[in-house]
Amino acid sequence: MSTDIWVWIAAILTLGIFSFLYKDNPFYRFCEHLFVGITNGYAITFYWHRILVPSLIKPVSQGEKLYLLIFAFIGALYFTRFIPRLSWLVRIPIAFVLGYGAGAAIPRTIETSIIEQAKATILQRSNFLNLFDAISSIIIFFGVIATIIYFFFSTERKGILKHLAYSGIIFIMLGFGASFGYTVMARISLLIGRLTFLLRDWLGIIK
Amino acid sequence: MFLFFLFTFVIEPPKNVKAFDNPNDGGNKILITWEISPSDSILDGYEILRRSEKEECFYKIGFVGQGRNSFLDEKTEDKINYYYQVASVKDTIKVLSAISNPAQSYPQWFHRGKLIILLTFFVFGFLILYFIKRARKIELFIRRIAGLSAVEEAVGRATEMGKPVLFVPGLTGMSDVATIAALNILSEVAKKIAQYDVKLIVPNNDPIVYTVAREIVKEAYTSVGRPDAFNPDSVFYLTDSQFAYAAGVDGIMVREKPATNFFCGYFYAESLILAETGAQTGAIQIAATDSITQLPFFIVACDYTLIGEELYAASAYLSKEPILLGSLKGQDYGKLLIIIALILLSVSSLIFNFIIK
Repeated sequence: MSTDIWVWIAAILTLGIFSFLYKDNPFYRFCEHLFVGITNGYAITFYWHRILVPSLIKPVSQGEKLYLLIFAFIGALYFTRFIPRLSWLVRIPIAFVLGYGAGAAIPRTIETSIIEQAKATILQRSNFLNLFDAISSIIIFFGVIATIIYFFFSTERKGILKHLAYSGIIFIMLGFGASFGYTVMARISLLIGRLTFLLRDWLGIIK
Repeated sequence: MFLFFLFTFVIEPPKNVKAFDNPNDGGNKILITWEISPSDSILDGYEILRRSEKEECFYKIGFVGQGRNSFLDEKTEDKINYYYQVASVKDTIKVLSAISNPAQSYPQWFHRGKLIILLTFFVFGFLILYFIKRARKIELFIRRIAGLSAVEEAVGRATEMGKPVLFVPGLTGMSDVATIAALNILSEVAKKIAQYDVKLIVPNNDPIVYTVAREIVKEAYTSVGRPDAFNPDSVFYLTDSQFAYAAGVDGIMVREKPATNFFCGYFYAESLILAETGAQTGAIQIAATDSITQLPFFIVACDYTLIGEELYAASAYLSKEPILLGSLKGQDYGKLLIIIALILLSVSSLIFNFIIK
């Protein structure tokens, strides 16, 4: 059994969170609030020491990158929501963030979710080097088209579209089934990690 | 000594050393290429030497293994001439190539490799704008989406039971499309909630998303003529730590016992923790995400799940606003173009490779 006080604290808190599996209880509530509080405290110190100080306060206090003050001012407008008369000013930083968000997301989405996926789906000579590759490639190609058709929203599902959309949902569910099994394995490894901590590091039952 | 002289004669330098500005970048990079030495197989590698127009002699700036024929110099000053030499290296023996052409690094305004993205953006943008214009004149059709048809029922259930509605807007920031779509859904859900006078709970994982969500809910209450019913504490920031957030939301679910849970946006490993706890509390659960790895968990634990792009279609479906309906129609035509492109490119590639070639 461990003699390290921090291992004991970690083990007791782990059991506290696990106690939720039985039902909500004061021990779980204590651990939950502690967890939320600590992560918030950590986040504040992280943002202060790793972002605000090195990226804003340090260069500005040394007279460098003074243009950062403009962005700091825009960011500070978030705090105007605490002043009811000025709370409308919060929309200015939100507009910047939304504008940046859409601008950053659209090219990335076009590149990764459309162009790269389409490139990988196009049938080429290299897809037909052996029978297995050929069958796989044709199934993927048909699956992609059927799945895209499933996501047509502005057309009624009639005739061939209905059948293709139905095929699409079968492909989607097959994909989810595979993903489910894969992710469950990952989750079990998380549980094994916690149990290993309890049984080896804390109790010393397993070596 | 004999081996030294032998290697000196056997080892040949790389040929045709060329230097040029690395294309499509922000400057400060020069790409050096060469034809590998005929004695490449016995070499340790190639040493790259550099001299700027301000310097007298060459200095070593890098080393690459045998078989390599390029090196990216990432420490150059823009608009200054640099000269390069590449040496074939075997043990302590170095045989220098001829000096390269002078090269300058400079930044490019436009990344030519991304031209296809710009083109796709314009095609999609044109389609969307065209159909928005049409949607303002005629009502566009949108097929039934089961999960969204249930929104009214879910809010109605909360009203009858006198219990709150929980809306979880995912774990990603405002630069994620899923978050933007989730907040669009929140807007429509908040309007219905304001009309029914139900309590709304929106715990946030991201401080920026929190601020936007709060404004959206406030705006929704105002738009249906119920600004007085808006409770500023209904939208709050919890924590940005993934599992602390899951623990906090779980706690809210078991204590407040919401009648309806919405999980909209992008989720990670906490998805099943949230959905399973919600299922145990007996809430109607509607999930909407484009996170492929988490969708299976929502499908098994929630009553309705919006899969992938249904999340983006949701706000158009709920609001029936011409702008959103037109966007949806435009996107459908974009998808049709993708299907046509996939078929045409595949057929032409196969015809070219198997018949013509």
